[in-house]
Amino acid sequence: MREISSGAVTASVCQMCAGANMVLPEDIAGRIRECREREPWPAARDTLDKLCQNMDIARREAIPLCQDTGMACVFLALGQDARIVGGDLYEAVHEGIRQGYAQGYLRRSVVADPLRRKNTGDNTPALIHTDIVPGDRLTITLSPKGFGSENMSRLAMLTPAAGAAGVKDFVVETVSLAGPNPCPPIVVGVGIGGSFDQVALLAKKALLRGLDEPHPDPYYREMELELWEKINRLGIGPQGFGGQTTALGVSIETLPTHIAGLPVAVNISCHATRRVSVVL
Amino acid sequence: MDIRLRAPLTKKAALELRAGDRVLLNGVIYTARDAAHARLTDVLEKGEAFPFDLQDSVIYYVGPSPARPGRVIGAAGPTTSYRMDAYAPRLIEAGLRGMIGKGMRSPQVIDSMKKYGAVYFGALGGGAALIAGSVVAAEPVCYEDLGTEAVQRLTVRDFPATVVIDAQGADLYRLGRADYLRSL
Ligand code: SF4
Repeated sequence: MREISSGAVTASVCQMCAGANMVLPEDIAGRIRECREREPWPAARDTLDKLCQNMDIARREAIPLCQDTGMACVFLALGQDARIVGGDLYEAVHEGIRQGYAQGYLRRSVVADPLRRKNTGDNTPALIHTDIVPGDRLTITLSPKGFGSENMSRLAMLTPAAGAAGVKDFVVETVSLAGPNPCPPIVVGVGIGGSFDQVALLAKKALLRGLDEPHPDPYYREMELELWEKINRLGIGPQGFGGQTTALGVSIETLPTHIAGLPVAVNISCHATRRVSVVL
Repeated sequence: MDIRLRAPLTKKAALELRAGDRVLLNGVIYTARDAAHARLTDVLEKGEAFPFDLQDSVIYYVGPSPARPGRVIGAAGPTTSYRMDAYAPRLIEAGLRGMIGKGMRSPQVIDSMKKYGAVYFGALGGGAALIAGSVVAAEPVCYEDLGTEAVQRLTVRDFPATVVIDAQGADLYRLGRADYLRSL
């Protein structure tokens, strides 16, 4: 068993917080610039220019790209031959968020109870998902998720008869209903299959995949491109002021499902789609 | 061409604005989002003293990130406005002249805007680092227990925004999209 100290987990998580909120991943930043070049509508191009300026200022002045520095979604891929020593793994993650959000001057956006709504004051708890994987490493991915876009996400339990057409309609309808609210251009994470609970997580995991990594299965790769094109034909545009660039891309993830079901979930993310990973 | 506007915003100036106009706001605006709106409308209901001069004021829907030492404010982009729809008509009726946020508004809010002559501006959603540069001063006004949701008085210089819904009810989200689609 390879040993990984909980202190190292805290230190890594803490270190990731500020950077994740100030610098976009290469695939997202690159796609914003590409879309800016391709955008035919002048007003939309102008808005995309401003988003590029925003990225530059955030990086240069160490200011978050967006004031909503999100709920800290943390994905752990824990090798089955690794062992955490020196303390509780999840507590180590929460402590990393606690320290990282304070030291990075990031916004604390978490309330302890959904109805009584008192801010926890330190942006914890993080939302932690764990997968046990082969090997003896721990991969930690931090993806701060804003709720302007999270609130526009939807889930449906379709019938098998609805098929691919039903799934596509639901995805496009979700983006259309969201309109300007989730700060377009958006990134669209789609989960198909599994169960009610699994499909939502799947949609969120789709957002973790780089926009430069299309689905390995050609059937879904084509569907990603088709959906992207359909969405950009809606004309919502950057900020909802009209234009081609409504989405930066679409990522699909799937799971086996029941003979009676076709769950689909759409997790909307904004142009400030943030994620960083570290391997311990 | 961007239109330079003073805030607080007179009714006359508000009525001249049209959906799609790009403006630069100069003067004083107030921050308030979900929790502060609940309290502010409660103050109005109870007839208590309002914590700032609401007449002709502009409210910015924002919960900034904390300011680093030596800075006026942290990142300060707009939050989604529809969550304030339940409260906005009451505030507009009581003198609120402008709202800054992002995203759609309800028919009720738009009706109040038309009736009393108020304007809805969109600021660059997710453009929080860029926008922060136009805030030259920030002071607490009330509800500091709400943390990022406290009401602050911001002094802004050339704060960039776009008129999304004007006092006649014209809506850039509809018009802009239609114009683009027609161009294809
Ligand atoms: S939707 Fe994204 S870009 Fe817009 S305010 Fe929320 S976190 Fe920021």
